[in-house]
Amino acid sequence: MTNETPRLLKISILRYNPQIPEVKPSVETYELEEGDGMTLFIALNEIRERFDPSLKFDFVCRAGICGSCSMLINGKPTLACRTLTANLDEEINLAPLPLFELIGDLSIHTGNWMRGLNERLEAWIHEEDQKEVDFDRLEEKMEPALAEEIYETDRCIECGCCVAGCGTALMRNDFVGAVGLNKIARFRLDPRDKRDDSDYYDIIGDEDGIFGCMSLMGCEDSCPKELPLQSKLAYLRRKMVVMKDEK
Amino acid sequence: MRVAYTDVLVVGGGLAGLRCATGVKQRGHDVVLLTLVPPKRSHSAAAQGGMQASLGNCSKGEGDNEDIHFADTIKGSDWGADQDVARMFVNTAPKAIRELAAWGVPWTRVHRGDHQAIINAKKVTLTEKDEAHGLITARDFGGTKKWRTCYTSDGTGHSMLYAMDNKAQEQEITVHERMEAMALIHENGRCYGAVARNLMTGELVAYIAKATSIATGGYGRIYAVSTNAVICQGMGQAIALETGIATLGNMEAIQFHPTAIVPVGILTTEGCRGDGGLLTDVDGYRFMPDYEPEKKELASRDVVSRRMVEHMRKGKGVKSRYGDHLWLDITILGREHIEKNLREVKDICMSFLGIDPAEKPIPVRPTQHYSMGGIRTDYKGESQTLKGLYSCGEAACWDLHGFNRLGGNSVAETVVSGMLQAEHIADYCDTEESEIDISTKLIKEFVDKEQAKLDYLLEPKENAESAYPLRRAMENIMMDKVGIFRNEKDLQDAVDELEQLLIRSRNIEVKHKTLTANPELFNAYRVQRMLKLALCVAKGALERRESRGAHAREDYLERNDKDFLNRTLTSWPDENQTMPTITYEDIDIKSMELPPGFRGYGKDMTITNPESKTRQDEVDKIREELEAKSADRFEIQSAIMEYKSKLPDRYNGKNERLWERLDD
Repeated sequence: MTNETPRLLKISILRYNPQIPEVKPSVETYELEEGDGMTLFIALNEIRERFDPSLKFDFVCRAGICGSCSMLINGKPTLACRTLTANLDEEINLAPLPLFELIGDLSIHTGNWMRGLNERLEAWIHEEDQKEVDFDRLEEKMEPALAEEIYETDRCIECGCCVAGCGTALMRNDFVGAVGLNKIARFRLDPRDKRDDSDYYDIIGDEDGIFGCMSLMGCEDSCPKELPLQSKLAYLRRKMVVMKDEK
Repeated sequence: MRVAYTDVLVVGGGLAGLRCATGVKQRGHDVVLLTLVPPKRSHSAAAQGGMQASLGNCSKGEGDNEDIHFADTIKGSDWGADQDVARMFVNTAPKAIRELAAWGVPWTRVHRGDHQAIINAKKVTLTEKDEAHGLITARDFGGTKKWRTCYTSDGTGHSMLYAMDNKAQEQEITVHERMEAMALIHENGRCYGAVARNLMTGELVAYIAKATSIATGGYGRIYAVSTNAVICQGMGQAIALETGIATLGNMEAIQFHPTAIVPVGILTTEGCRGDGGLLTDVDGYRFMPDYEPEKKELASRDVVSRRMVEHMRKGKGVKSRYGDHLWLDITILGREHIEKNLREVKDICMSFLGIDPAEKPIPVRPTQHYSMGGIRTDYKGESQTLKGLYSCGEAACWDLHGFNRLGGNSVAETVVSGMLQAEHIADYCDTEESEIDISTKLIKEFVDKEQAKLDYLLEPKENAESAYPLRRAMENIMMDKVGIFRNEKDLQDAVDELEQLLIRSRNIEVKHKTLTANPELFNAYRVQRMLKLALCVAKGALERRESRGAHAREDYLERNDKDFLNRTLTSWPDENQTMPTITYEDIDIKSMELPPGFRGYGKDMTITNPESKTRQDEVDKIREELEAKSADRFEIQSAIMEYKSKLPDRYNGKNERLWERLDD
């Protein structure tokens, strides 16, 4: 690797600034010498620094933890920060993640989308009453295996890749996506949340919720954290079908 | 001009800011939270290993309590910490963790019966009690006497942040995303909010508030390689500094984490070593026991980082094109343990290095990680010099960590400082004194001034400077000359060079002429501010001619309690200054619960202060007398250093443990 001539990468980026609508979207290509261990985080920063300081993109943790930098890389939604250029061809196409509000170039407003989703799903622990936690006393016990199972679903980083990779989300604007359904699966598991299936059915028991999923598995294929979305969604659907029959 | 009014303005949407906001809201005050990124993407999410709280549920945590956590924290700080603050912290940490448990964090739990663990490279069997089954467990971390670090796998910060942000959403906290605080609005020594800039549209908005809390995290990105997220540029500290009134504390106290991966500097948690991982050199030799026979890999972070550099300087590093490194070997823990308890570490190694850490060691090197310094506040979190300005979490120096922070104490601090500060802010907002009495004229002056600065950045200039080269130069100076080991010559060079960069930065011209979403523009003004912070760090380090905690001077090896048992205060009273103003604040030995002593690493290199012994004798005498009267540990503690009157009532209760039950 060290003695070989580095590859010349051709990185094409879909550029558009909605603040300046008179300038039409365009694709710009930047040529860059590949470095050892180069990620798209490194490459994009180099492009901004050397070629075009106006290039917009979002990185925060650059470690695959925060979910900020999802984009379409050669058409596939994934996290740019931990995509090694070595795993891609020399010609790389980058575009913003679809379905989310575009801030400019590769920068998208996933924050307000996710916030809206959380509010809609009331994605927080619903205690029986609003009494304050008696934090001086020993905490409530929880089965160790259950805590681990909840953590498994809690690992979602709200990057939006599952939404961008979802057929239903393309057709139905209000579809909650795998990110939303996974949240419901998470709170369903959690004994601290006092909602029952009837409550969850009221939130996701329709075509914009669990019954909108067509089982194309685009979500699981696109999930950078490799969450078991398909099995979580399938299980949730079975439970919600039961509720549908009861209601 | 857009003006928004609220009771409390919180700047920063990580754990500290969110917890402060929820606390204030619970007390019935309005709050607006400004954040650069969606709160769930804050750097708090990157905390992997865990949160310290003396629950003592697991077998290796048995017997733990606030007293032991307190002593670990003070020793860890190399006696730089504020002992009142540390006491408030250790008493509140168990409450914080239990509150978060109720809010949804899936803390990893104790499982009854036998389980295998790796301790000092040997397999041992630990037995957990029946009655502890299902309570929150803990792992071992550096510099602690007990297993005290509670966790969810190695995604602790993520789980905490999600639960906290969910709680904030439940409480309908107003969050304004992609808003950057540009300047604090103040008059006659009182802060009234901030001018903020919308990073999408470029619009300036004035937020007027009775109290303003800065919770923007650390300033690690002034270094070329840091484990910090790219947003950790210290802008909260910078706007406080730019008031000319607020002070920053101990800016030179910078922590280097022993195990960030090479070359990109992404963290692998201390939990790797806590769970039994080893550090090895070019020969595969485990070297830490030679340097620190007692604590080995689990010495305090500053100590391990220095030992690693020492070892590499002896030629024992592994050569690579990115410079020397050492190995972090966790293969001994086994695949099952790694895939369950260190899965983010595995993810990072696979993604960025192509290494499976269950099979191969990880290339690591000490890397900038944490800012002990920050906005200097009192124990309430309020600036000592600018009324109405508060700060919490890593952004602040209230001063829990002194010159070295213990692993697991940072996420704990974010939440605890947010909890305590929310009460103090709410108390303040309840008073008549807090009412806002400034004119819109004053508000307009502050907005206009920021607008003028932005316009000026875009103006064509002769000999115009570009921000990136200045920034890279700064980052490299900090790495090379203000690093783990420091000396007079390098620090003087660093100060001189940074000063020149600062002067040049006043001539930056932004080539892309738009005030809307424009990365070149925000980079430009942030570089100007980062240079000021870098100068505070370098100048503070130059003037501190001793070694304390993470501040290690090769030319002044001793910890000098005679001349430097103090906090460095930096301010910037005149905006035309090219150097910060430095003063010192003494740390009072006479009121200490734990007077300065030997930390227990290497050989004792302390220049002692005679007051230390006087105070130690006093403390010993009080303890002896009360023990003779069979006083309990709370009574003894209180007689030595009363702090409870400073702690908000709701956090004053004792903490229950399996062997310390509260009466019904």
